[in-house]
Amino acid sequence: MLQDKIQDVFNEPGCATNQSKSAKDKKKGCTKSLKPGAAAGGCAYDGAMIVLQPIADAAHLVHGPIACLGNAWDNRGTKSSGSQLYRTGFTTDLSELDVINGGEKKLFRAIKEIIQQYDPPAVFVYQTCVPAMTGDDIAAVCKFATQKLGKPVIPVDAPGFVGSKNLGNKLAGEALLDHVIGTVEPEYTTPTDVCIIGEYNLAGELWLVKPLLDEIGIRLLSCISGDGRYNQVAQAHRARVTMMVCSQALVNVGRKMEERYGIPYFEGSFYGVSDMSDTLRTMTRMLVERGADKSLIDRAEGVIAREESRVWRRLEPYKPRFDGKRVLLFTGGVKSWSMVSALEGAGLTILGTSTKKSTKEDKERIKKMKGDEFHQWDDLKPRDIYKMLATSEADIMMSGGRSQFISLKAKVPWLDINQERHHAYAGYDGIVNLCEEIDKTLSNPIWRQVRLPAPWDTPAAAPLLAAE
Amino acid sequence: MSHIQRFPSAAKAASTNPLKMSQPLGAALAYLGIDRCLPLFHGSQGCTAFGLVLLVRHFREAIPLQTTAMDQVSTILGGYENLEQALRTIVERNSPAMIGVATTGVTETKGEDMGGQFTLFRQRNPDMADTALVFANTPDFTGGFEDGFGAAVTAIVDRLVEPSPTMVKTQINVLAGCHLSPGDVEELRDLIESFGLSPIFLPDLSLSMCGRQPSDFTATSLGGVTVDQIRSMGASVATLVIGEHMRIAGNALELKTDVPGHFFSRLTGLEASDKLIRLLAELSGQPVPAKIRRQRDSLVDAMLDGHFFFSRKRIAVALEPDLLYAVTSFLADMGAEVVAAVSPTQTLVLEKLKAATVMVGDHSDVETLARDADLIISNSHGRQGAARLGVPLHRMGLPMFDRLGAGLTVHVGYRGTRNLLFAVGNLFLSAEMDHDHHPAAHHGDHKTDGHKTEGHACGGGSCGCSAG
Repeated sequence: MLQDKIQDVFNEPGCATNQSKSAKDKKKGCTKSLKPGAAAGGCAYDGAMIVLQPIADAAHLVHGPIACLGNAWDNRGTKSSGSQLYRTGFTTDLSELDVINGGEKKLFRAIKEIIQQYDPPAVFVYQTCVPAMTGDDIAAVCKFATQKLGKPVIPVDAPGFVGSKNLGNKLAGEALLDHVIGTVEPEYTTPTDVCIIGEYNLAGELWLVKPLLDEIGIRLLSCISGDGRYNQVAQAHRARVTMMVCSQALVNVGRKMEERYGIPYFEGSFYGVSDMSDTLRTMTRMLVERGADKSLIDRAEGVIAREESRVWRRLEPYKPRFDGKRVLLFTGGVKSWSMVSALEGAGLTILGTSTKKSTKEDKERIKKMKGDEFHQWDDLKPRDIYKMLATSEADIMMSGGRSQFISLKAKVPWLDINQERHHAYAGYDGIVNLCEEIDKTLSNPIWRQVRLPAPWDTPAAAPLLAAE
Repeated sequence: MSHIQRFPSAAKAASTNPLKMSQPLGAALAYLGIDRCLPLFHGSQGCTAFGLVLLVRHFREAIPLQTTAMDQVSTILGGYENLEQALRTIVERNSPAMIGVATTGVTETKGEDMGGQFTLFRQRNPDMADTALVFANTPDFTGGFEDGFGAAVTAIVDRLVEPSPTMVKTQINVLAGCHLSPGDVEELRDLIESFGLSPIFLPDLSLSMCGRQPSDFTATSLGGVTVDQIRSMGASVATLVIGEHMRIAGNALELKTDVPGHFFSRLTGLEASDKLIRLLAELSGQPVPAKIRRQRDSLVDAMLDGHFFFSRKRIAVALEPDLLYAVTSFLADMGAEVVAAVSPTQTLVLEKLKAATVMVGDHSDVETLARDADLIISNSHGRQGAARLGVPLHRMGLPMFDRLGAGLTVHVGYRGTRNLLFAVGNLFLSAEMDHDHHPAAHHGDHKTDGHKTEGHACGGGSCGCSAG
């Protein structure tokens, strides 16, 4: 059951990292074991929510005690152009009696209430640690509810303690494969239908990319799951090509869709100018290979040429302002990597990055791109970062929200490039947005002021009150 | 209020847009008010990650919080090893003065024997005897934020406070409940010190969560009441117990040390503040300082100026129980009508509430009960419902992630009461003075029923406008 599922996603042939491991290491999975007292990051349930919650018109019901939802709802930056139901927090809020007597009946009642009151196209039910321990069978309840209530009710079996966020991403993908994808047929199909996996429309990023696809003539049939609708996700099996954005997290979905429906997939990125262009080129080429009209490629090249010349022209004014400014990247993911060349193109110097979450291949890639002198820190402690910043070895830090105070308390500019960010950095316009944000914070007048010593720490050069 | 409708809890199975937060989170906040402390959740790492994000978003500060990172196996086989490893790692890496442990749903469902584990840890690790250790039982599936805060403070008192043979005549203890913001604690310190008394706050968030600028990076709380100060609480002349959820800790302290306790159900409002000032004058034997006399005058004046806008206003309030009591009582003091008082949990203080409807519920209940209200007061999560109803929202409590300075708002004492009066009064005032939206408002007579009318209901021209 759940254990089989976990072993299955750990044994992912589509993942290059996994393929280079021994049989024993494979079994251990792709997450480093967590060290009690020195661990950070979310759990598997958190990861599952990240993947599925952007499906905006579905109800997302958390089966667990209050901590799992009550401490954490309406806190993600994923945007929807229509239904806002995904922002409503639903939980069974298990009490002590539910722990003792079992929470299955309460779960069914909750599903029924939600369907009666909100009439969503589907309900996702998330398993958490406590009911997983007491043995609530959410798969059975969901099956029963689907039959009884006539709406798809999808069990997402990813209780927090089974592993990391990344594992939760994959288990959410499995839930989609098992219960959602392939259950709805689109009204019509076109030779240019694509499915994008792993794009969550944070800060509305998808909306910086979609107009370009529209212009080229590519139809976004299904996005998993940014600005998503349940029925669109369920139609994903009719796409001609799948693109995987956050490559490793949902590789199981891309590969299994290829296996089941013969849809080829590629890994791409919307971050950075050259990556964006590569993505458009690969997408159109693969669509043409599968029978789309050849003119698609020409249209894509036209858009790329126009957008690239436009973006470099727009980045020009930043060059003199960014001259000599040094950036410390503190993020493990590959996606920030694709921004690097664009940032350097705009005149910034990238000092180095942490590679805590990066794979061996990532590290090799970085080495190839940047040479040996470029710093790659494997286990940079917050205190070390603070020291680097406080001794002004860098002019700005770019990282996730968790580490922002390391930078701010060292009185060094900081920019959020992770999932809580408020600005969209995808696509060609996104890179310009990113440079604008960097420029805004670097040139803010507060930095000189906040670094001033307090009046009691410095003897005044000339006494203000001219005493005799 | 002729009829008060009370029901213990909603009959719903699906808690929708929860108001409740978990017990461990409350415990974590209490621990954060201890100097050089690191709170530790005994549970899966997601429990910590969600709580951390919530507190970071509210206080805009780095939040030290660690996890025992329980996985499936350790959950089933028992978590002592994880706990020991976590405690050892924390001491070795961060050498805190105190580690505050809070259990979660995961370890409580298993039924970990925390008392036994405490003794076992102390026996096996004599080298760590210098680090204070406090364990609190805070299952996610019972109680809520306030209960967890209370449990942690009680555990600290039980574990650390010692009776004292001597007495320091000017020293008083304050058990500061979680309805007091760091700003409130600072205000209380100011009031108490102005009588020549020196207070020990347990916990003291005003020193740790108020925007300190550290000279080096620390992974523990920076500032707060020190462990030594806590140990010396037995030497005080009196203890102020603020809030119903501090009562158990207050009783424990009195029982242990014979320091007499003085209970305050609230410190917001003129009479409530009078009671505090009278006690401080008695304890210190000092006359009330001129500054405080002026503050009282100023509050009386604010009540005179402001009461026009509060009279018969219909207000729905949803907050943690003790804050709910303080706010609804203050609103009643000002002549407003509390149409609904919604609490996340069932506690004794609800019996004392003056409101048309008192219930244990969530934000969706507020949405139902506040349909024809003039104002909603709740945490930031009330924003979705308030927007749907078109009713203004005044944010109080936690989390308040869409306002700056959330932790520093003051609503205790004469000055704090005046702040709250102005903040809420201004919302009513601006609604009434918003002439642009109601061009017809000044034609014809003033509507006197003041309830959901289009008219300019400024209560007889008291707003200072030329109407009427």
